[in-house]
Amino acid sequence: MAKWSTGIVHALLVLGIFVVIGPFIYMVMTSLTTDNFSLPSPTKLLHADKTLVNYSDAWSKNNFSRYFLNSMFVSSVTMVLSLSLAASTAYAFARFQFPGKEFLFKLFLFTMFVPAILNIIPQFTVIQAVNLVDTYPGLILLYIGSGVVGSTFFLRGFFERIPIELEESIVIDGGSRWTMFYTIYIPLSLPAIGTLGIFAFSGTWDEFIVALTIIKTEINRTLPIALQLFRGQYATYYGLFFAASIIALLPILIIFTVFQRQFVNPNVTEGGVKG
Amino acid sequence: MRRAIRQYVQVAPYLTLGVLLTAVFVLYPLVKGIYISFFEYKVLAPELSLFVGFDNYARALQDPKVLIALRNTVLFALVTVPGQWLLGVIVAMMVNLRTIRFKLFFRFVYYLPVISSWIVVSYLFKYLFSDSASGMVNYLLVELIPVLPAPVNWLQQTWTANLVVWVVSIWKGIGWVMIMYLAALQSVPKSLYEAASIDGAKGVRTFIHITLPLMKPMTTYVLINLIIGSFQAFIQVFLITEGGPMDSTHLLSTYMFRHAFQFFDFGYASAISVMMGLMIFVLTYSQQRTFGKDRIEY
Repeated sequence: MAKWSTGIVHALLVLGIFVVIGPFIYMVMTSLTTDNFSLPSPTKLLHADKTLVNYSDAWSKNNFSRYFLNSMFVSSVTMVLSLSLAASTAYAFARFQFPGKEFLFKLFLFTMFVPAILNIIPQFTVIQAVNLVDTYPGLILLYIGSGVVGSTFFLRGFFERIPIELEESIVIDGGSRWTMFYTIYIPLSLPAIGTLGIFAFSGTWDEFIVALTIIKTEINRTLPIALQLFRGQYATYYGLFFAASIIALLPILIIFTVFQRQFVNPNVTEGGVKG
Repeated sequence: MRRAIRQYVQVAPYLTLGVLLTAVFVLYPLVKGIYISFFEYKVLAPELSLFVGFDNYARALQDPKVLIALRNTVLFALVTVPGQWLLGVIVAMMVNLRTIRFKLFFRFVYYLPVISSWIVVSYLFKYLFSDSASGMVNYLLVELIPVLPAPVNWLQQTWTANLVVWVVSIWKGIGWVMIMYLAALQSVPKSLYEAASIDGAKGVRTFIHITLPLMKPMTTYVLINLIIGSFQAFIQVFLITEGGPMDSTHLLSTYMFRHAFQFFDFGYASAISVMMGLMIFVLTYSQQRTFGKDRIEY
């Protein structure tokens, strides 16, 4: 009986995979064919000669490699800074008492209910006021500033689950709040921090509207905007467009695979408290 | 009083920067957005903007296209939020079963759409649903599994175009729901399950009495994020249907964006924004009050 139902669940999961991955297969197949001035027909996709030439072409056209590095820089910096900021802010809300905490937290929560796109106009005026338009610091500040609340809320939940008794050992050793923070809360929340890191990186990597508004100098643009360029200039070369798209997807894939290990055994609190 | 000061001094190093950035980049823009909505705002010379009171709001309420965009926005939420949530939870529960093998593989594949760029995915689906017989979906549904008699012009009709937008949004969101639940499921201390099994609880009962209650904060978090996310939806409509045919697939967000950055009518766009914000506030108000209070003590 148990074997039977396990078989069904496996079958369902595999079936789902075809739905999830089908569009990607189509994209990869198209990127391997050339002379696609119109969308290639399914028969052509199956039978045409396959080549990697679209990938090298895409990499060398339209300053693509430069945009790729720009995005890499912006996303890495944003991820590291966001994680540090979110961890410390979440710690403040999870394990400190101070007057007005409840109000401040409510205010934070309230902003989570406001769609980010509604803020884009006034946010631009702020960046303009501090003279950071068309600079990476301006772009990164805006990314971090608008992301703090969400990631703080996410991490706070995990911090609060950590048994407060664990702090006792630090107190006995005469350690400070800071010691507790980096010897208990950070290590025990690594799965959550890893998850959040992926969100921060891929969210920034993929971000389109803010980058378009803040960055004016063409050479400083980020990848999503470069993809737009590809479509504009090479609208009919579907193979080239999809090759560029796949290159753009790769870093996220790699990062996710690396971080995936963080998720493997996240039951770190298990056995942390005896009795 | 001295105690309060001492508490502030202690918490300040951890709290200050986060609060400051939120104030500058989220709270202030919020207020400023409301302010702009009362003006005929001049983008290039803000000091010349004309105060027009509630004119922008009155105009929005009489704009038939706002009504259509509102309809699409509400429908989008009603379709995609339950769609993503249900499928995501089912996948998470299945992957989390102890007897399932290749967990990492399944999780990886189902998460792929989430980490894929919205721009790439939007164009991909636009091409998959392209009109001609060489569009992949038309090929599948006409030639391979003959469900449809003839190729459909997916993006030329209001409802099929909306359908494409819904499909891509659900397709892309399932993995996110799954990963959130998996993270939560795996953070549940094994000792709880051990205790339950010592007390004689098995499979389904463990699930109902231990797993489900522990998932409640996550469910709140996920649903609220999905609802807000559905109101944020933008790129898929912006790139796939471009609001067409005849402005009939606009969401409030794309319609607002069009007024802001195509017609540079920031005042009117901000008024639409504020009304959208109010709507979300009302919709999620009851959740907001309980949000963050659901704490599970192990």
